[in-house]
Amino acid sequence: MKKWTRRTFIGAGTVAGGGFLLGVAGFTFAPSRYSLVSGDAAEKGQLTTWITVTPDNIVTILIPHCEMGQGTHTALAMMAAEELEADWSLVRVQEAPALDAYANGYIIRAAGGNYVPAVLARGVDYGTYKLAEWFGFQVTGGSTAVRSTGEYGMRVAGAAAKEMLLAAAARQWNVSVSECTAKGSRVTHTTSGRGATFGELARLAATQRVPTSPALKSPDSFTIRRTSPTRLDIPSKVDGSATYAIDFVTPGMLYAALEIAPVYGGKLVSVDTTPAEAMPGVKKIVRLEEAVAVVADSFWRARRALASLKPEFSDAGHGDVSTASIFAAFDKALGAPPEVPNHAATVVTADYRAPFLAHATMSPMVCTAKVEGDRAEVWTGVQDPLNARSVAAKALGIPAANVHVTNFLLGAGFGRGLPFNFDYVDLGVRVAKAMSPIPVKTIWTRENDIQHDYYRGAALSRHAGALDANGLPLAAHSNYTGGGNGEAVFMPYAIAAKTAKEKKAAHPIRLGQWRSVLNSQHGFFKESFIDEMAHAAGKDPFEFRRGLLGDQPRFKTALEKAAVMSNWGAALPPGEGRGIAICESFGTIVAEVAHVAVSPEGRLKVLNVYAAVDCGDVINVDSATAQVEGGIVFALSAALLSEITIKEGRVVEKNFRDYPMIHLADAPKVTTAFLRSGAPLGGLGEPGVPPLAPALVNAIHAATGIRVRELPIKNTSLRKA
Amino acid sequence: MAIAMTVNGKEHALDVEPEMPLLWVLREALGLTGTKFGCGISACGSCTVLLDGRAVRSCTLPISAANGRNVTTIEGLAQDGTLHRVQQAWVAHQVPQCGYCQSGVIMAVAGLLAQTPKPTDDEIDAGITNICRCGTFARMRAAIHDAAEGEGVRS
Repeated sequence: MKKWTRRTFIGAGTVAGGGFLLGVAGFTFAPSRYSLVSGDAAEKGQLTTWITVTPDNIVTILIPHCEMGQGTHTALAMMAAEELEADWSLVRVQEAPALDAYANGYIIRAAGGNYVPAVLARGVDYGTYKLAEWFGFQVTGGSTAVRSTGEYGMRVAGAAAKEMLLAAAARQWNVSVSECTAKGSRVTHTTSGRGATFGELARLAATQRVPTSPALKSPDSFTIRRTSPTRLDIPSKVDGSATYAIDFVTPGMLYAALEIAPVYGGKLVSVDTTPAEAMPGVKKIVRLEEAVAVVADSFWRARRALASLKPEFSDAGHGDVSTASIFAAFDKALGAPPEVPNHAATVVTADYRAPFLAHATMSPMVCTAKVEGDRAEVWTGVQDPLNARSVAAKALGIPAANVHVTNFLLGAGFGRGLPFNFDYVDLGVRVAKAMSPIPVKTIWTRENDIQHDYYRGAALSRHAGALDANGLPLAAHSNYTGGGNGEAVFMPYAIAAKTAKEKKAAHPIRLGQWRSVLNSQHGFFKESFIDEMAHAAGKDPFEFRRGLLGDQPRFKTALEKAAVMSNWGAALPPGEGRGIAICESFGTIVAEVAHVAVSPEGRLKVLNVYAAVDCGDVINVDSATAQVEGGIVFALSAALLSEITIKEGRVVEKNFRDYPMIHLADAPKVTTAFLRSGAPLGGLGEPGVPPLAPALVNAIHAATGIRVRELPIKNTSLRKA
Repeated sequence: MAIAMTVNGKEHALDVEPEMPLLWVLREALGLTGTKFGCGISACGSCTVLLDGRAVRSCTLPISAANGRNVTTIEGLAQDGTLHRVQQAWVAHQVPQCGYCQSGVIMAVAGLLAQTPKPTDDEIDAGITNICRCGTFARMRAAIHDAAEGEGVRS
């Protein structure tokens, strides 16, 4: 097989079974040079699918992931540049276009084995999922970019490109490759001192044989990784030039505002369009199955006209659903608490409750589309442009190949922009189809966004634990509703009997993945409960946990580190307290200590959060720290304030006034430490989230004696009894 | 209604409904898209601009209120190619993550420092009430103090 094509690759990959990694490597370079990039590829010196070296000695790294503030573009470029031996100041990044060639699903799959990206779990059967089908994904989620694309893609691509540059130099100078070294975007012939820049060698390098298994650098020789270069996306984010989906303009473009059936699944029954049609700037009222849209020459005019409409929607038979009815069904499904051994000295039981949550990304959903015949152009912001292309194609009834998607910077993701959540693309292209061939930008209002999300699921968890006469745990069981998986319910503690069983209680609220996914509820449940068991045993919550982590050294080290960082055990003034929690998610273990003060009137102030993070190793230290800080603040807003409530089948909250967020004044000081355990790289976008809520309620208990078992915390009075 | 206003030092004459919010005039009529739409009810501050040097939330400010006045947006904050000290501090502290709210925050801080050159932490808490979902608040605070010191760049 001299010339690999995508098809033969897939065949080989499938037959080989476990041989994905080799397949990925082969796919990464070989086809890119022969079939994907034609014409000027050699001129530019395209070395791999992802790496281009131009004669001006600039290395451009194409990143098959979106940038939503998590620093992925910079971190992945660092991993490639490290292996390539590039001069970091000569490295540029560019987001890969939404083309099959840049699909990364196969990389995520290849990185798998012991890991299934939970973000894709819904609707995907891993056992039977074929490699080929992963070409439909170019996803950024599940904290996967660095540890899969980076480890199995970027590093290998960088190393291969370096070997090709070395081979080119050796050939040009007619010397042995072993006498050549690469450093700082330059190849040097060590014996003669001759040198050439990568740019000078690029053209010849592109014609060299592609190495199948290039050698990777050992961590002790890293010079770019483990440092904190400034993030490449930051300059444009301080001068207003960064372009998000909402900023895109195209000539002749119109604007649309939407009203969507307030009960999910409801349909548009009737709407009198006459008054709105006469309003200034209005071009058309578009009736869709589940929504009505006003298209006008400005968004504000579209929105004003929309407000004058009185559309009637059906409720899909869910008009009697409420938060209370959902939790009543949860309670019924759970039944009696799990049974514990009857020789227990102490039995501990508790119910914990977590609400529905919205993502509320700062940028509302936006999709601009131009539909012309059987072709469409889509401009949007998604965590998976390839899947967005499929959604648009399906909505329009045209082949995916006829849809071109341009992806913009995301005004954050948090899971809202993941595959299966592309209602805004679906609606946007249908509005544009009604205006064909005029391009239409559909902008969601904040009200649309809060009321039509794919929510973090509400959940109820019923726990029962048992302690022996010495206060050692015999059992810790739970039954829960609202979804779970092995990782989310995992308790690292040495307890002889541990079970967590899901009980089904269906409801019609639309769910999706929310930063840290199921760990966000289960972290709160399991780490609150172990704290309650510690108190029932009369033991310090840190020491109690620590004593149960004898055979979990990574957990134990992280827990101890967080305790040391927070000065655990040192006396605090009255009304203050510390709480600890530890969770593993996405391959990363995070222990957090929250330090709070509660006034006699019950006013809570979160003073400090300390995080000890074991993600194996760190690529960009500063942006990794920022991810932990951000995850903690994101989780804090949710734990303190956030709750989506359902009444008559619809979401009650509308905007930031009734779905509030914490502000600068409420943000604690966050101190982060990374533990370089050498374990396989873990994710960082999400793992800071799960331990925060339990650390916080545990701290409130330490400060006040009040045990908060229901989120958000604002629903429980912390006033001194 | 005929509107005359100066935006980033440039005079503009427009004919729009008097109640159209300044935000949409800036974004759609003038193409200044650095100012962002976040909530439409003055709750998040993503749309903050300076009106005669004071920070205002443009998503609810009718254009009639900007008639005859000076507006500065994020695009007009740098002077002669040099970033404003708040922008410099934002780069030094690597504040933005997704970046969507940051134009508004930077304008709010520029407005705060114009009124209160060396704000205390309490004054920062009271003065900067923007929402940032990525949670960059601690870095914002550090950057505000740096900008107030006039240093802008951290070594």
